[in-house]
Amino acid sequence: MTQLDEPGRHAARSEGVPDGYQEIYDSPEFAELRSRFRRLVIPLVVGFLAWYTLYVFTATYAHNFMKHEVWGHINRGLIFGLLEFASTFGIAYLYSVRAEKEIDPLAAELLERFNSRAGGE
Amino acid sequence: MNSDHLSIALFSVVVAITLYITYMASRYNKTTADFYAGGRGFSGLQNGLAISGDYMSAASFLGISGLIALSGYDGFLYSIGFLVAWLVALLLTAELLRNSGRFTMADAVAFRMRQRPVRTAAATSTIIVSIFYLLAQMVGAGILVGLLIHAESSAAKNWTILAVGALMILYVTVGGMRGTTYVQIVKAVLLMSGTILIVFLALNKFNWNFSHMMGQASDNSAKAAAAAKAAAHKPPGPAPEYLGPGGKYGLTGTTKLDFISLALALVLGTAGLPHILTRFYTVPTAKVARKSVLWAIGIIGSFYLMTLVLGFGAGALVKDRKAMGAGGNLASPLLAEEVGGGKGSNGGAILLALIAAVAFATILAVVAGLTLTSSASFAHDLYANVIKKGECSEAEELKVARIAAVVIGAIAIVLSMAAKNQNIAFLVALAFAVAASANLPTILYSLYWRRFNTRGAVWSIYGGLITCIGLIIFSPNVSGTRTALFKCSANAATPTVCNGGGHDWAWFHLTNPGIISIPAGFLFGIIGTLMVREPRAEEKFVELEVRALTGAGAEKATVH
Repeated sequence: MTQLDEPGRHAARSEGVPDGYQEIYDSPEFAELRSRFRRLVIPLVVGFLAWYTLYVFTATYAHNFMKHEVWGHINRGLIFGLLEFASTFGIAYLYSVRAEKEIDPLAAELLERFNSRAGGE
Repeated sequence: MNSDHLSIALFSVVVAITLYITYMASRYNKTTADFYAGGRGFSGLQNGLAISGDYMSAASFLGISGLIALSGYDGFLYSIGFLVAWLVALLLTAELLRNSGRFTMADAVAFRMRQRPVRTAAATSTIIVSIFYLLAQMVGAGILVGLLIHAESSAAKNWTILAVGALMILYVTVGGMRGTTYVQIVKAVLLMSGTILIVFLALNKFNWNFSHMMGQASDNSAKAAAAAKAAAHKPPGPAPEYLGPGGKYGLTGTTKLDFISLALALVLGTAGLPHILTRFYTVPTAKVARKSVLWAIGIIGSFYLMTLVLGFGAGALVKDRKAMGAGGNLASPLLAEEVGGGKGSNGGAILLALIAAVAFATILAVVAGLTLTSSASFAHDLYANVIKKGECSEAEELKVARIAAVVIGAIAIVLSMAAKNQNIAFLVALAFAVAASANLPTILYSLYWRRFNTRGAVWSIYGGLITCIGLIIFSPNVSGTRTALFKCSANAATPTVCNGGGHDWAWFHLTNPGIISIPAGFLFGIIGTLMVREPRAEEKFVELEVRALTGAGAEKATVH
């Protein structure tokens, strides 16, 4: 089996994990980082996919509900669609604020540890 | 004032500005990191604008507003899908890909795998998606420019396609990623400014009463439908739905399923588009990649909100619906003419020419991004890593990348000329469906599933790709309808039923294959993976996960 790495990148190794990674991987801080990332991302992904699916199915199969006019010609379908925009902006904002607070400092700390131990680049 | 001459003058200004930018950027293209990734030195705002410029294609600007103008609410569904899709990129892929990849999609998905089979598969799918996307843009350019400068002959379309193709080859071979990025930034600013101006003027005509605008558009649609029925000697029936959903996709169970299939491909396709994905490599860190996606979501979202006004505004104000073209692609430019004072007025001529130039800039920026991505994948994945097995100097790889840009550009020019009279909507839908079926499963599995291996990657890419393209070949896009690539005879009963006349092998009745091919891509990946174990791929997951989440060992920005 031929093993090909990117030219010039840890070319001496064909097997295994390069120096430094395993230590970080096994550290409790990395386990914490991974679990924070998942706790943040998974509910948001499930949430927006469910909300989008609900919209698509309502727009496809509940025409009478959607075309009910609420104010002038502004109907429920338009409002529902605009709410999809609002939720997309909201989720993106929420994610960035929480990632900055909960993920970035821990990731930066681990990166610094990696660079100092591995004598990093 | 003659809008043709003004259009040509403004087109020339757009071309001159972009060529100047390309020339300025060319001085920095010394290494592969410069040429493929623009030195990774762009800021979040710059890259956010460039992503927006790369993403808001002719299909977005002209296609969606046209669909809304002609079909009403159902066109809005595209805007929503195209925007919500960005959450997949923001939450699941952008940051981790920035850290684990280098220049191409294959860099990220082949990270833990055997290089040659995975790179070959990823490069194949990158080039196929990009060429379909390119065709749609270039055919669109031919139609658009032809109609706007009133040169609708076959030769005029060919010359337009040739000119667009030559420009895109020049941007890419000379300017590389840096030049392409600045072209996209300029385009995004032009497109947003032009759209804001038209939206402002259109809403002003209705005293900022959007409901009133919708009502007027709905009345016009009902009148046009009644007139069409009278002209065809059919009894007047109820007008098709316009302000609510279902006007276009709500007719039968099949069209409803088709809409769900389209909705799936739209929301999952974006994160798998190679020319979008490579934009994440142009920033220094994962954090900046996140910021750039946030900017992009803000810009793209605002733009799609405005397409509602463009679409309903055109539906309400443009009297000659036939002039919008069969797909409504000219709705926005005609709306611009109308709000500027109407046909024959100076204001109308100026605004029409302005919006036409913006649409032209839009197409140029998107085709440049696509050509760059596919030529990078050819040179970096197929040539340097598969054919030369990694034994290839940077200078040689760059030379091959430039030659590849010329060759891919030439292929796109020839194919676009052959397809110039075809329905272009299916090319864009196909690009999104292939990206969602072949690329997204592989990207997600390789980032999040330790057990995933070479066979799984190869199976999910080829499995998704073949299922998707196979279903398209047997769909109504290719045969069996009057609008298909191979048309059925003109005396067929209805536009959608051939009754055996002419070409008809369309046993798959959906125009978008996503609902079958996307789950198939995910499933092929699982089956392929579970057939074998690959200890090295599982071991390297340690390096990948640490690198993806912390940035340890990730590519750095080059300093000039």
